[in-house]
Amino acid sequence: MGMTVVEKILARAAGLPSVKVGDVVEPKVDLAMSHENAALVINQFLEVFQGTGLAPKIWDPSRIAIIFDHRVPAESPKTATNQKKIRGFVAEHGITKFHDVRGDVGGICHQILPEYGYVRPGYVVVGTDSHTTSHGALGAFSFGIGATEMASVWSLGIAVNIEVPATIKVVVKGEFPPMVGPKDLILHLIGKLTAQGANYKVLEFHGETIRKMSTSGRLAICNMSVEAGATSGIVPGDAETLRYLREEAGVTDPIPCVTPDPEATYIQTVEIDVSTLAPQVACPHMVDHVKSVDQVAGTKVQQIVIGSCTNGRLDDLEAAADILRGKKVAEGTRMLVFPASSKIFAKALDKGIVHDLMKAGAVVMNSGCGPCLGVHEGALGDHEVALSTTNRNFKGRMGNPTGEVYLCSPVVAAASAITGVITDPRKG
Amino acid sequence: MSKVIIALGNDISTDDIYPGRFMATVLPSETPQFAFFDRTEFNAQLKAKAFPPGSIIVGGENFGCGSSREQACSTLKGHEVAVVARSISRIFLQNSINLGLQVVICPGIEASEGDELEITADQVINRTTGQRFEQMKLPAARKGIMDAGGLIPYTRARLMART
Ligand code: SF4
Repeated sequence: MGMTVVEKILARAAGLPSVKVGDVVEPKVDLAMSHENAALVINQFLEVFQGTGLAPKIWDPSRIAIIFDHRVPAESPKTATNQKKIRGFVAEHGITKFHDVRGDVGGICHQILPEYGYVRPGYVVVGTDSHTTSHGALGAFSFGIGATEMASVWSLGIAVNIEVPATIKVVVKGEFPPMVGPKDLILHLIGKLTAQGANYKVLEFHGETIRKMSTSGRLAICNMSVEAGATSGIVPGDAETLRYLREEAGVTDPIPCVTPDPEATYIQTVEIDVSTLAPQVACPHMVDHVKSVDQVAGTKVQQIVIGSCTNGRLDDLEAAADILRGKKVAEGTRMLVFPASSKIFAKALDKGIVHDLMKAGAVVMNSGCGPCLGVHEGALGDHEVALSTTNRNFKGRMGNPTGEVYLCSPVVAAASAITGVITDPRKG
Repeated sequence: MSKVIIALGNDISTDDIYPGRFMATVLPSETPQFAFFDRTEFNAQLKAKAFPPGSIIVGGENFGCGSSREQACSTLKGHEVAVVARSISRIFLQNSINLGLQVVICPGIEASEGDELEITADQVINRTTGQRFEQMKLPAARKGIMDAGGLIPYTRARLMART
């Protein structure tokens, strides 16, 4: 019997000839990522060793990545002290894949991992962040775990008691119409599957549209797979994966790709034709509350946000700048832009994108999570409405439980910034 | 037997259980004060220790969806409540098992605030309405972690077995 990509990856990582759905395996972990919540991981990790007489030791420091992104620069003494504690631990344990608050190598964890070639096809990647699903874009099996589970990984080098998940095959065909792209595809899919439609399952993406999609677009769709409840999204590694890792991440060692067997078994197949897809918007307060943009057009917006691990890459900023160039952000609306990494920020500077956005009235902020979670900067006022390219719109997201967050693509956000109301970019 | 102290709907996110703005607080001993913070009245009752240990939060489908923040489990564990829900999101379920928060998946559960529930080995009995609901068994693999008293002691034992 054939295996899906994730079954193949888990079999390899667990040292088994094959696995099937429901088997319980203990895969070796290739990369373990944390952000500021490493502070809690450290606490739990030290507790594991308490009373054992053993000195706390990470199984393999070269396989750990720690990236400061959620609150950078620190918004409070508490965060700053957590970050200080993590820095000390990183130095003590020789963790090299560490990205501090910096304007050269800093950024959001889900951007840094691909950008520095830390993730490869076939890897088992775990991260203490639910959007760790992102790295499936590079053909890895990558999923979110809690801090205590990470402490266990740091100690043992394996993920204990992983149940082999069932896989949903998503086949995407057709060419995106103008002003429609990967973000609209994933919002549409989440609306179709619902917020729990892929619970405990993997979304494996196939089809001509995916093959032609850039790694940036693939990162956006795998990033948001978790919003349908998926354990992970995955695009089997292909020519584009190799191009990205070689050209953009500078990887020089061999990169074997893992592909599913033709006779692999899927629990469900979903087919989508994007050629007739309209720009999509997820409405408050659930990500699966998805409508086409014309159904919500005219809704007044006080804050436009472009950025995050979902849509803060160069192509996203460029698409927004193309719309905003020579125009102005509407009075009564503020526009916040936060590039996903310092490298992207620098490229956007070189290309004049930052200049164009600022001239239009946007505030360009440092790379990091920023307004996405709203604890740090860019919080909403009472009953204010935001239109954002981020990935979550739960009540209280963006820092204010009375605020409302709509989710969309960069072009919808940019077109709406000019008018101050949700706007169909095809009519702009 | 324990009382239902709140009955919630579907898709209760970890942002609801533990708002993101308190995420700089990480230690399990400090997180309980922020449980359901934006449900002001309920948060105040929890903090005032208005409910005896073992009291039950009832949820619908997909309880604990969203962020992987473990604070959402440690904050409830700190109040010694149990969660009975129709279904539970993957990371929240695993975090609960890892930390020893009692969670019961009960696909058909119907209960309102104030109902008295009895949790048996394989059922949840609503003593107020007389209805009985089957529990969904947790995967056997997870039992090892629960039997060890959580993932920390479990990992410690695995580590010691290696040396
Ligand atoms: S940008 Fe938002 S979704 Fe992405 S890692 Fe940061 S907080 Fe999470």
